[in-house]
Amino acid sequence: MQNLSNEVWVFIEQRNGKPADVSFELLCKGRKLAEQLGGPLKAVVIGDNVKDIAEKTFVYGATEALLIQHKDLKHYRNAPYSRILNGLISQHSPRIVLFGATVIGRDLAPRVASNTKSGLTADCTELRIDTITYLGKECKDILLQIRPAFGGNIIATIITPDNPVQMATVREGVMELSPLDNANKVNITELPFTPEPADALVEIIEQFHQENKVNLKAAPIIVAGGYGLGTIDNFRLIHELAHVLGAEVAGSRAAVDAGFVPHERQVGQTGVTVRPKLYIAVGISGAIQHRAGMQEANKIIAINSDPDAPIFQIAHYGIVGDAVDIIPKFIDAYKHKLK
Amino acid sequence: MYNSIVLVKQVPDTANISGKVMKEDGTVNRAKLPAIFNHEDKVALELAVQVKERYGGKVFAITMGPPRASDIMRECLYMGADEVYLISDRKFAGADTLATSYVLSEAIKKIGKYDFIFGGRQAIDGDTAQVGPQTADKLDIPQVTYAEQIIDVKKNHVTIKRKIDGGHEVVRAKLPVLVTVIKEAAEPRPYSAKRVMAYKGAKSLTDLEKLTEGNSLLYTDTLIHEYQERNLFISTLTMDDLQLDVDRCGVKGSPTKVHKVESVVLAGGNQTMVEPTKTGIGSLINQLMEDHILG
Repeated sequence: MQNLSNEVWVFIEQRNGKPADVSFELLCKGRKLAEQLGGPLKAVVIGDNVKDIAEKTFVYGATEALLIQHKDLKHYRNAPYSRILNGLISQHSPRIVLFGATVIGRDLAPRVASNTKSGLTADCTELRIDTITYLGKECKDILLQIRPAFGGNIIATIITPDNPVQMATVREGVMELSPLDNANKVNITELPFTPEPADALVEIIEQFHQENKVNLKAAPIIVAGGYGLGTIDNFRLIHELAHVLGAEVAGSRAAVDAGFVPHERQVGQTGVTVRPKLYIAVGISGAIQHRAGMQEANKIIAINSDPDAPIFQIAHYGIVGDAVDIIPKFIDAYKHKLK
Repeated sequence: MYNSIVLVKQVPDTANISGKVMKEDGTVNRAKLPAIFNHEDKVALELAVQVKERYGGKVFAITMGPPRASDIMRECLYMGADEVYLISDRKFAGADTLATSYVLSEAIKKIGKYDFIFGGRQAIDGDTAQVGPQTADKLDIPQVTYAEQIIDVKKNHVTIKRKIDGGHEVVRAKLPVLVTVIKEAAEPRPYSAKRVMAYKGAKSLTDLEKLTEGNSLLYTDTLIHEYQERNLFISTLTMDDLQLDVDRCGVKGSPTKVHKVESVVLAGGNQTMVEPTKTGIGSLINQLMEDHILG
């Protein structure tokens, strides 16, 4: 391939004028990738009246922001957004394009990848630039796109060695948010946009928003309950312990599916990824999909009546026993020590 | 009256890893996993059949897969599909989502006019959720993903409620449209005994070829004709039938390549086991407080 670009692009997602955290997390990762390629990090910001979002991207390492504003772009719609990205990518062939693996990201990225005939790897848990040999050919400075597959039972390293544009999506919380102490200089390039009839093939009639009152990502201590608790009644033990410790309540996917705890409190591959100071897993078996969301917690305590539960493999402290017995003991001991 | 084409996939049952499929080294023996009908695709088929029941029309189900995928095509017939197609060829193997969507879109163009293309949001083996949108792109039709409810279909437009980050939205799309559905959208109906009896004998080209193997009295062509007459032939489309560009199929047509695969192995860590007694738990709390984990 001739003249590969060295540009790293990040699609900056916004909903109702609020930028998505995952986009800034990707800028932080993007700047490391751009450094290795020796190229610029560009943020692509699309919306209506979103110049302030474009300005924010420099705090996270963008060296240029491409800004496309129009009243028709206020709410994400696939047709105009993909048309904009298709055009920009065809024109500039950035080496790497990153998207958050959100509903918007999963609606947008595949369409753009198909149109530009690029490879796209979804839900990457790691991104690295390396020089490797593939089928006897050296691939210099290519993007290693690492992700779980097969229900989380394997970790695959994917590459797109024959295409100039490498695309990936990453879930929120996987990459760390690390704003620069000294933000880069603001450098915004505003680009024009003309609506087209095809944009109107899908119209938004109305939107309903539920404010997420829970912020698991910010909680220093999390007490999470799993299906092993058995009943929603037993789940109150989780709430009690959390209350005493000043912690947030969370649950595994199985606990959410069983109705013990709402989806916004789900930790795991299809929920939230957390890195608290202390994570207490109660009645959680520790399936890969759950571990993916909490294995980087500073300290992990596992409480489970099954001594073979995989959760014990990653816990720092393990207690084999029934939660109904252990939790009250834990609460008592804690209250006692506080005196 | 609206015609629907449903994209379905046969997948290994990755959600149910039991001891039986684990190898001694702690990894999953993928070859031993039972093959199932990807659940979200079943939901998609259910929605297509509901549209047929409400508004009239036909339901076609298609899959790109190896010969054994004819198993799920039979299940599509049990659930109410009118015609099913197995798109199968050695040259399609190893396809990523780009190559898969190319093959599917070409098959769709061959099948004919449609108002809806339904598919599950994602399959449980690749977990990418990419084939739907990529197929829509190649057909140059609009897409609605994460669909949770078909509210109504009126005058060439469909109103759909879909999930978005932080809530829901209701959209209206002009037909034809590709819709990917999430599992909350519908409960797939149980197979009707009548349809199971009627279609359990349905066979694909490979199934029939197996029947004629070593039997000089049976000819594949005759069998195909017989089965077609009885509406029991699972049509198979190969690369030649679809006149595809070989460079866009299978591994060749896949920009994403697997460089390495590592199995996730459960290894022991260095954990401290704590006695489930007042004393044991007390010491743990002491330790956590000393380490300033608990205050």
